[in-house]
Amino acid sequence: MTDITYTVIFYLFAAITVFSAAFVVFSKNIVYSAFSLLFTFFGVAALYVFLSADFIAVTQVIVYVGGILVLLLFGVMFTNKIMMTELKTDVLNIVPGVLLLVAITGGLIYTFLARADWFTSDNRLQGSVVERIGFETMSRYVLPFEMISILLLLALIGAAFLARFDKPRKMNEK
Amino acid sequence: MNASLNAWSDALSELHLLGLPVGLVVIAAVPLVFIALYALTYGVYGERKISAFMQDRLGPMEVGKWGILQTLADILKLLQKEDIVNKSADKFLFVIGPGILFVGAFLAFAVLPFGPAFIGADLNVGLFYAIGIVALEVVGILAAGWGSNNKWALYGAIRSVAQIVSYEIPAAIAILCGTMMAGTLSMQQFNLLQQGEYGFLHFFLFQNPIAWLPFLIYFIASLAETNRAPFDIPEAESELVAGYFTEYTGMKFAVIFLAEYGSMFMVSAILSIVFLGGWNSPLPNIGPLSLNDWTTGPVWGAFWIVMKGFFFIFVQMWLRWTLPRLRVDQLMHLCWKVLTPFAFVAFVLIAVWEIYVK
Repeated sequence: MTDITYTVIFYLFAAITVFSAAFVVFSKNIVYSAFSLLFTFFGVAALYVFLSADFIAVTQVIVYVGGILVLLLFGVMFTNKIMMTELKTDVLNIVPGVLLLVAITGGLIYTFLARADWFTSDNRLQGSVVERIGFETMSRYVLPFEMISILLLLALIGAAFLARFDKPRKMNEK
Repeated sequence: MNASLNAWSDALSELHLLGLPVGLVVIAAVPLVFIALYALTYGVYGERKISAFMQDRLGPMEVGKWGILQTLADILKLLQKEDIVNKSADKFLFVIGPGILFVGAFLAFAVLPFGPAFIGADLNVGLFYAIGIVALEVVGILAAGWGSNNKWALYGAIRSVAQIVSYEIPAAIAILCGTMMAGTLSMQQFNLLQQGEYGFLHFFLFQNPIAWLPFLIYFIASLAETNRAPFDIPEAESELVAGYFTEYTGMKFAVIFLAEYGSMFMVSAILSIVFLGGWNSPLPNIGPLSLNDWTTGPVWGAFWIVMKGFFFIFVQMWLRWTLPRLRVDQLMHLCWKVLTPFAFVAFVLIAVWEIYVK
């Protein structure tokens, strides 16, 4: 494929990401917001592919679409009267909002253009990155990796504890 | 052999007509046509015939000889049906649901090698992608179930999603066992590693004394992931009418079924690629009878992978008409207290074997 095709596809995915993200924020229907998030996550995954980070792209789909989005949809669908709830998507506090927007956007653009030390790598990324990710996780980053796994295990046990059917108290209440 | 790897799909991707990449469209169309043809013939007609024979019936017999044209008649009927959208349904989600579902099932075919010469995209994370893209199907099911605005549909969707998400864990660990044996995630590399003159003896299932355990775990989990019996509680006819597709008629119903048959073939193909050599011939070379060499090649490769896929689909159908449906609590018990621990045991044992014995 030619460079122009790549550029067109890149902007297509960028547009999908931005517009669906805007829809998530501005939609008055929370279910639509949740489904719109699907396209945002997929767009971001596609942008990862353009960065030659295919492993991260697939992980993005598995974790965000398969995990977080499904959990979110479950939460939305199991909540009673969710369609009746009035969602506030009006524009409030225009002056501080615009100030904050300008400050954050300006700061980000300044960092991108002036402060960040962008450079093009001399040698292009070759072959599969999966093996290298594995080696790095199991050697240099093994301590953070283990710490995160213990944190997640704690969260899992905590969630199971909170969700557990509390038998004696239920009996007393009756 | 290595030189001709992906030869057809590479040639197709270079093909341009009038400046348009026609070849890329052809590559994407091949799995689509395959799914449609196989769902039409083997999927629907085969399932009806197989179930009939297992119950000592004849099955469809009226349309054409042995009822061969029955499915065509059914499709014509589906095409003519009115496209009904319920008054109180969420119009947008109701319409888009089957679409997301089918796209999710179809996207996985991008990394499925149809023989040594044809693959949509030989990604180096192919297997990971194939089991991860199922996530899209889950969202499609939720969209269909919620959009129908029907108790049965929503119940079916929630059951189905809970089941798919839970069974992804033992399935992923079982696949990880296969990945440890291969040391790669690329689908074509998996096939190449299981190539050899002794045919089936080179398959990962026979290369490792514990490989049958993840093989069985993945097969059971894949039944649950495709909502096949004995894990078909999401569409349990006796309790939920038809589950998440209760409200669908006509072509939308056909699309949902196409997606289901598509993912049935996909899990069978993943199972045969990871553990049973994919497009490699199972026949060994016996002295002057070089059966393996004779049955190896681009066309034979396509034949073998399709046949292996069809065999596991046959086993899925066979189980459907043999085993009763599980209850929800039994389903979760099987997933979390049986399959997941055994998957971990298999993982550790295979790791030990790969590091110390092999």
